[in-house]
Amino acid sequence: MDFPSFYLDHLAGGRLIIGLIASLHVLINHPLAVGAYPLLTWMEWWAHKNNRPDVDLLAYRITFVVFIVTTTVGAMTGVGIWLSTSLFAPFAIGSLLRVFFWGWFAEWLVFISEVALIMWWFLTWKKADTHEKKRKHIRIGVALSIMSWLTMALIVAVLGFMMKPGEWNQTRAFWDAMTNPLYLPQLGFRTFFALMTGSVFLWFASFFFTKTKSAFNPEPRRLREWIVYRLSHVVLISLLGTFLFGTWYWSAVPETMKANSSVALLTQEFMSWHGQFQTLLSWTIIAFLVVGIGGLGSSFMIPRWALLIPSFMGIWLLGHFERAREFMRKPWVIGEYMYSNGVHKDELAFLQSEGLLKHATYVKHREITEANKAECGQDIFMLACSRCHSTTGLNGVIEKFTAMYGADGPWDSAGMQLFIKGMHQTRTFMPPFPGTDAEAGALVAYLQQLRASPQTLPGAQSAGIVIAPEAPKPAMSAAAQPKP
Amino acid sequence: MNALLASTPVPRDLPLPLPVPEWLLVVCLVAFFLVHILFVNLMVGGSVLVVIAEWMGLKNKRWDALAHEIAQTVTVNKSLAVVMGIGPLLCINLLYTMQWYSANALTGHAWLLIVPLVIVAFLLTYLHKYTWDKWSSGGRKTLHLLIGITAMLLFFFIPLIFLANVNLMLFPSEWEKVRGFFSSLSIGNVLPRYLHFMAASIAMTGLFLAGWFGRKNADLAHLGDFTRPELRRLFYQVCAYVTLGQFVLGPLLLFTLPPAGITTQVYLIIFSGAAVGLLTLWMLFGELKRDDTRIGSRYGLIVALFSIVVLGMGSGRHVYREAALAGHKAAIKDRTERYAAALAEFNKNLAAAPAPAEQTAEQLFINCAACHAPNVKLVGPPLTEIAQLYAGNPDGIVTWAKAPGKKRPELPQMPPMIHLGEANLRKIAELMLEKGAAAQ
Ligand code: HEC
Ligand code: HEC
Repeated sequence: MDFPSFYLDHLAGGRLIIGLIASLHVLINHPLAVGAYPLLTWMEWWAHKNNRPDVDLLAYRITFVVFIVTTTVGAMTGVGIWLSTSLFAPFAIGSLLRVFFWGWFAEWLVFISEVALIMWWFLTWKKADTHEKKRKHIRIGVALSIMSWLTMALIVAVLGFMMKPGEWNQTRAFWDAMTNPLYLPQLGFRTFFALMTGSVFLWFASFFFTKTKSAFNPEPRRLREWIVYRLSHVVLISLLGTFLFGTWYWSAVPETMKANSSVALLTQEFMSWHGQFQTLLSWTIIAFLVVGIGGLGSSFMIPRWALLIPSFMGIWLLGHFERAREFMRKPWVIGEYMYSNGVHKDELAFLQSEGLLKHATYVKHREITEANKAECGQDIFMLACSRCHSTTGLNGVIEKFTAMYGADGPWDSAGMQLFIKGMHQTRTFMPPFPGTDAEAGALVAYLQQLRASPQTLPGAQSAGIVIAPEAPKPAMSAAAQPKP
Repeated sequence: MNALLASTPVPRDLPLPLPVPEWLLVVCLVAFFLVHILFVNLMVGGSVLVVIAEWMGLKNKRWDALAHEIAQTVTVNKSLAVVMGIGPLLCINLLYTMQWYSANALTGHAWLLIVPLVIVAFLLTYLHKYTWDKWSSGGRKTLHLLIGITAMLLFFFIPLIFLANVNLMLFPSEWEKVRGFFSSLSIGNVLPRYLHFMAASIAMTGLFLAGWFGRKNADLAHLGDFTRPELRRLFYQVCAYVTLGQFVLGPLLLFTLPPAGITTQVYLIIFSGAAVGLLTLWMLFGELKRDDTRIGSRYGLIVALFSIVVLGMGSGRHVYREAALAGHKAAIKDRTERYAAALAEFNKNLAAAPAPAEQTAEQLFINCAACHAPNVKLVGPPLTEIAQLYAGNPDGIVTWAKAPGKKRPELPQMPPMIHLGEANLRKIAELMLEKGAAAQ
């Protein structure tokens, strides 16, 4: 990649941070936005119809929590996915922006409307004091619910069509993604999952607002029964949907994996993922089932803490669910176009013949000598491996080689070099090594040195950049200068 | 035109065209950015005015009520500042891909910190707003004020990160000197930019609040004895005096700009903007002289004039950026094209070359050689051992390699090799047995 390398050693280069931010975003978006908005709107509508100010107040109070969380952590983790990807994989996000521009642009517009609607809805709640105003207010809630669902539907499609191999025709790729065999089960799964977890969230939150008697709420017990009884129904129905769509997804994945994966190979890692997904899905469903049925019986049967169990299982399941995308993508960031380390498919043979260092910008040396071998190797590691591996930390390359060549005794340099040259064959989720034999040798020299004296590899954000003196000359000649 | 220094990095651009015409992106960048920065101004300036008013409210309650009302606007403006920031970010990513991401990476820690810092700042503004009535006396009030101050300080710091990036991207010849965010602050003229921005924030907030509280249907019931004309006057004053200060800070910014992008055009645009600014200021002070019944009647005109000033400054900023980066962009374009040409040439020759003969067994064996050596155990067992196990049974090797099991507890799992194809595996297997037997 031809950018200064931001790099957090120990954190698998920093991918972990993107993952963390993205998971947090999804965990807020699904239950609190997609799931909770329609439920809260429905509560407001019901309260208005049946003249129950206590239900309205409860809905308002829960909306307050939702409002605070979605407009702070929710919104900023969404932006954060972008900011962190800009650091870790500028080549990928930069290319994606150029290729799928309209997808991003549309997403922005939807996002603006969603933020505007949630502010409008929440901040005018108390001002809707007449019948007419209240009806209008409820309609804002409906619009918000639709918008937040649309955002999700759009994003799932956008993510899907980004994985489409070499499809530059945006609209076509977009429709292809929508008609992808995984799109519908995925969207259905997410929708019902959001409703299911959203109702448990509402249920959980209502414990905090139905404790004491107040003027609005003369009978906290009655209110709690009201909400728990209804939410249990939602949990049970959406649970059925989650189960059906989850199973559909589970059975559709291997086929799509085969079609999408560059080598048509189901890795062992994937097979174990596939098995785990099914188990996790069943246990999560059972946990929600117990809670749902318990809630039907009596609102006091299920204690507050018990609601946390299905919630955590749900979080786990969703995290597991998201990993499927990772499997299908590797070793690409953009299917059949660009590898995870920023090397384009069509420049691979060129770099393997000419050398990675020769054409890079942010490297110390361009020619490998006996003296600078390890230093060159470090730059090569940064360019070719650092987007997925750390040196000695998480998914550390030394740890990986130790697993192969053993903890004691010297490592066979020739064998390592051979492994690196063929790493895409041995481990199909890794891209081919994008350099010459000499460069693979330099990388091995660096790895041997790293093994002998483990050292943290700092990224450009702390160590700065070095530019090799023989950098290809920029256009200095008068002819190449732009005219003033 | 500035010559590129030897140490200026000239990277290769991404080999993809812009998705929309460049001029359209430029228009979008300038326009979207101004909308974004307006809300940022109102968020930052609002948080300052809230703190000042709340502090004054310790002595006189009427200020406290005013602070509370301003706080209500900050939480809305902050959400708009975030969403409206995405558009310009999209545009700047596209127009200055190589410079922008590089600046991000060089100040990476701070860039990443934006996410948690903004979250904390936002949560604090909510806490501040929603505890106003509950935490209204004694030690709680002090705590409340401190929360407001903390949020304000965060809002002071976060723009600095963006400014550092916007500034750093302009000077690629300085990138080699940067060692992290703080060292990037010594490049270019971050401080004058920052002061200019902060002053603009307060001035814009003053202008906004003059209109917000001054509007016909504004509900001033919570504002005690403040009258509409009084509020108009107050916030006009904030706007006017701070804008007056901009006539010091603005030139300071302009004359400390590194010469890299200074052109006559830049001066022309900025000075025209400043001239309109002067006119605006004159009108503002004119408004302040009016009596209570008529103050505010020129509000629309003043807002329009201010918009022209801001548009001028925004355009001047863009023209400076373009000029400062013209050499760099041209050099990048040149290098990208040369690389693309070399690549195309190479790929053409590659395609023209006769199709590689079927891979020989030796070549195919490379796929196993990393782990299987003739005599020694590398990752997997040596060939000698395999040759003994599978003597006369190459198909056994093929079956194993397609779906390896787990036999030796001390060794890792062997990866499946099914993608090589049965025929190739068969070739490999025969060679393996040969090599193994030879080594014994
Ligand atoms: C697309 C991301 C990616 C890139 C780029 C990448 N790797 Fe890997 N690599 C992986 C993953 C994922 C694993 C498997 C980790 C696991 O199973 O624990 C892995 C495993 C390994 C292993 C262990 C292999 C085995 O059989 O157990 C080694 C050694 C390794 N990588 C070295 C490298 C080197 C050297 C580079 C750079 C030339 C590199 N990798 C580039 C993703 C990558
Ligand atoms: C990443 C390292 C690695 C690569 C590459 C590799 N192997 Fe292996 N191989 C192993 C390991 C480890 C074992 C021992 C597995 C065990 O006993 O559980 C093994 C064992 C074997 C065995 C012995 C099986 C037995 O019954 O004991 C055969 C045969 C074999 N490999 C063939 C191959 C062939 C053919 C290839 C190339 C197409 C290959 N290996 C590539 C690591 C590797």
